[in-house]
Amino acid sequence: MGSEGIAFYLFAAIAIGASLLVIAQRNPIYSVLLLIASFGALSGLYVLLDAPFVAVIQIIVYAGAIMVLFLFVVMLLNAPHEDTEFDERVHPLLRPGPMRFGAFLALVLAGELFWALTRGGDTGAFPGGAVTSVAVIGRSLFTDYAFPFEVTSVLILVAMVGAVVLARRDDPRERRDRGGA
Amino acid sequence: MTPLLIAQLVLTLFVFIALLHSAAAMVWVERRLAALLQQRLGPIRVGWQGLLQPFADVIKLMFKEELRPRAADPLLFALAPIISATAAFAAFAVVPFGASTTFFGLLDQPLKLQVSDVNVAVLVIFAIASMGVYGIVLAGWSSNSKYSLLGGLRSSAQMISYELSYGMALASVLLIGNSLSLTDLVNGQSGVWLGFIPRWYLFLQPLGFFIFMTAGIAETNRAPFDFPEAEQELVAGYHTEYSSMSFAMFFLAEYINMVTVSAVATDLYLGGWHGPFLPVSLGWVWFLIKVGAILFFYVWMRWTLPRYRYDQLMAFGWKILLPLSVINLLVTAAGVLYFGL
Amino acid sequence: MVTLNHYLILSAILFAIGTAGVFVRRNLITILLSIEIMLNAVNLTFVAFGRALGSADGQIIVFFVMTVAAAEAAVGLAIVISLFRHKESLNPDSFASLKW
Repeated sequence: MGSEGIAFYLFAAIAIGASLLVIAQRNPIYSVLLLIASFGALSGLYVLLDAPFVAVIQIIVYAGAIMVLFLFVVMLLNAPHEDTEFDERVHPLLRPGPMRFGAFLALVLAGELFWALTRGGDTGAFPGGAVTSVAVIGRSLFTDYAFPFEVTSVLILVAMVGAVVLARRDDPRERRDRGGA
Repeated sequence: MTPLLIAQLVLTLFVFIALLHSAAAMVWVERRLAALLQQRLGPIRVGWQGLLQPFADVIKLMFKEELRPRAADPLLFALAPIISATAAFAAFAVVPFGASTTFFGLLDQPLKLQVSDVNVAVLVIFAIASMGVYGIVLAGWSSNSKYSLLGGLRSSAQMISYELSYGMALASVLLIGNSLSLTDLVNGQSGVWLGFIPRWYLFLQPLGFFIFMTAGIAETNRAPFDFPEAEQELVAGYHTEYSSMSFAMFFLAEYINMVTVSAVATDLYLGGWHGPFLPVSLGWVWFLIKVGAILFFYVWMRWTLPRYRYDQLMAFGWKILLPLSVINLLVTAAGVLYFGL
Repeated sequence: MVTLNHYLILSAILFAIGTAGVFVRRNLITILLSIEIMLNAVNLTFVAFGRALGSADGQIIVFFVMTVAAAEAAVGLAIVISLFRHKESLNPDSFASLKW
């Protein structure tokens, strides 16, 4: 096993371990932080896959923007624990009934995917000639994918307006105070 | 272990230690300059001209008691300063500070004066800068104190707002330099126009430089944008509850961030290690001079300008600086297209 | 040696963890985080396939997935905030009524 193998298994272990802890954590703040660790490991895997651009974008967009948003909301709501008394007593992963069924379904999914993937036989090593250049990605993005690219800008605008409208405090008393409708 | 690998390791260690000492030196420079601007003496007792003052401060901090509020979250409280300091050190890893050199024939192959040469260096700096927010947010939240929380929230809102302008200013330089690698960007600035004007991107991007420096000051939380600390309102902001070495780590992170922003500004706008009179192998001297000049400017700003009001800061960031940086980017793009730079 | 299969299996495991999170957890924020895990598992598959086929398309799709993830997080968290204002709870079961 070369240095690439060691790096792969290290990053994979961090990603899986951190992701498992994300869903096993009671305190959402820790969940968010562990997910950032998982994203960091994925970023390392992208570097191993000769995709430095995606690796850096992963950190900038996911760890630097989306997770900060989550962290802010968790701090703002200040509701670190799941609510009911029952939830307080039993660890989330060990609850009976529908939740255990859900966990079972997820295990089945993992098993199925594993089975399907290992049936195909060995895929062999990656061929040479990876696309590492940002210029190639950019050119492709602004020519072949120009239309989807423009559509995403509309999507972001819609999301922005939607988030503002949804999160706005729409209190009728406040509106009266302002003398509006 | 090839000689080149050993040289690379030595270089990495050297950069680490140099950064540590640059923070110490900056503390001394800052205090002496502040004293000069306020017509007093400043630290002059410890060592010649008070040069050993920062070391005395560090020793004092090391022997202080490590305090932690009882209501604080122990793990995150300990983790926050580590994140801050790590992010500060990590950003410098991709900053080149001199041309490739063989150290006067000591090595067979030339060694790049840079810890690691990444072809997306500019984006890496941007990514690490965005990770620095976590240290401050977590410090503010985990201390479980209202001043810390307010300081943490303010500074993270500030850093996120100014990151946009920062990124736009970077993008304008990338357009002109046509590369994401800092080494390529610096090498694009060698030579002179008309025989005497150095080909620095500063002259092509004066507005971009202004935006970069303003956003850089906000990113490093320095005066006049030092809201996370804002002593008169928030005691000491996000590090109110910290003491001893964990406080020292925040302090270290702040000064190293300053050095990094200055180094990046030098590489992007001031031609890096290119300069007249000196041979290329001594280019790092020019680099140090330029970084020093920007750092002096930083300190000068701090002791000259009063702190903004918080709403003014946010309004300035979103309503003036961001539109300006977008216009700058568009004009730059049009210019690059038209002149085919 | 690390092959395409290694990456695909890792991605499958991550996806299953995300699925389990959505099923098992009763906290809206954790459910959103689990969805992010699933999206990231898919991203890893795209990049791995792009690397195996020597094409830039995988990385470009990841770019789009990230945009969608950012939009999803913004709107999702806005919904969480407005739900929390109504019921002071993050448990999805407390929002089972059709009208309040």
